[in-house]
Amino acid sequence: MPETIESVAIKVSVNGKWRSLDVEPRMLLVEMLREQLDLTGTHVGCDTTYCGACTVLMNGAAVKSCTMFAVQADGAEITTVEGLEKDGQLHPIQKAFGDAYGLQCGYCTPGLMLSAHQLLLHNKRPSDKDIRKAIAGNTCRCTGYQNVLKAIQLAAQNMKGA
Amino acid sequence: MLSQFGDDAKLLAGGQSLIPLMKLRFANPKHLVDLNFIPGTSYIKEENGALRFGPMTRHAEIEASSEVAKIPILHDCAAGIADVQVRNRGTIGGSLAEADPSGDWATVLMTLQTNIRCLGPKGDRTVPLADFIKDAYTTALAPDELVSEVMVNARPKNSGGAYLAFKRSAPVYPTASAAVQLTMEGDICKDAAILLGCVGLIPIKAKEAESALRGKQITDKAISSAAESARAAADPQSDMRGSAEYKRTLVGALVKRAIDIAVRRARGEHVEVSHIYA
Repeated sequence: MPETIESVAIKVSVNGKWRSLDVEPRMLLVEMLREQLDLTGTHVGCDTTYCGACTVLMNGAAVKSCTMFAVQADGAEITTVEGLEKDGQLHPIQKAFGDAYGLQCGYCTPGLMLSAHQLLLHNKRPSDKDIRKAIAGNTCRCTGYQNVLKAIQLAAQNMKGA
Repeated sequence: MLSQFGDDAKLLAGGQSLIPLMKLRFANPKHLVDLNFIPGTSYIKEENGALRFGPMTRHAEIEASSEVAKIPILHDCAAGIADVQVRNRGTIGGSLAEADPSGDWATVLMTLQTNIRCLGPKGDRTVPLADFIKDAYTTALAPDELVSEVMVNARPKNSGGAYLAFKRSAPVYPTASAAVQLTMEGDICKDAAILLGCVGLIPIKAKEAESALRGKQITDKAISSAAESARAAADPQSDMRGSAEYKRTLVGALVKRAIDIAVRRARGEHVEVSHIYA
């Protein structure tokens, strides 16, 4: 049976805002985001490090938030899908996913957009092969990969010079 | 802390295997010691062609390293492990210390001369990788020791290698893998190391396959003979990834391809390969 465990105080920046939180050491990062901060845009899919629905950025790198403890994000900057839009304007990646019909049910979409975000941070003109490699850890079961590819290409074009 | 908590404690490196294992209750440690906040444990240092890796060096850092790019077989491995997210967290030291029979690093590093530095309260010692990996999920580490460095010796001149792993999709472990490192002298293969992954409890050194190449010209016939010996050396289990017979056939095919690429790389040709998946 779960025992009561003393919480640990951490400081973590979530979508640009530093927060002081008390978390149990066993709490996963995704649980902290969804349950403590109500940021439910980050989804839990497989919960076994397979599907990538829970992908967020930690210090600019895509990570599976179901495979990290919240305490491990102490001092880090986390970006979730909620952090992509600025001043009520959709991020170019979000807009491109809409324009190119890069989603169907939408469950995998936040994770896909954050994986695309890491790619486009480092590679302004990705090839289809680069994109495929970048999203290999994001499973879409509506089989919408073709349009996801188009969406990320469109986002790359729209972000040029941004 | 490890000497204090003994078997009740587990070290948490990248966590990309340990955390899923804990969720499945296959691992149930009372104490987790997180290594992620220890400074100076993530580095890649080159000295006269030899490489030293900090235990907490992430697969993604190894993939991006210009020093590692000079040893293509290492890049093949780092660039193909699981997916971007896992490579951003997973570490070389954690992977070796876990000793999963389907892990990539041990298979690859055994084709090079690799030593593992183990650090404990009594000091540190250096263990050749082949002695470090004892059995499935079992290493030479004492309960109070950890991996403090991975040391890869310099390779001889005209040496080339390749690592090919076949997997059903990016995030999963390979079904079978083959690591080949050859040293050439003109057309003649001076030395060969052939290791097979995921087809035994530990990486299998295919000695007869190596003999099929050593001292010989690398002809199609020699390659076929090496692949045949590799097939015979494999000891796969039938499981959800495929039947034993399927894996045997697969590993033979991977060895063939890896030899071809290793020879081309030994000649200085640039060949880009990594894990193969649909």
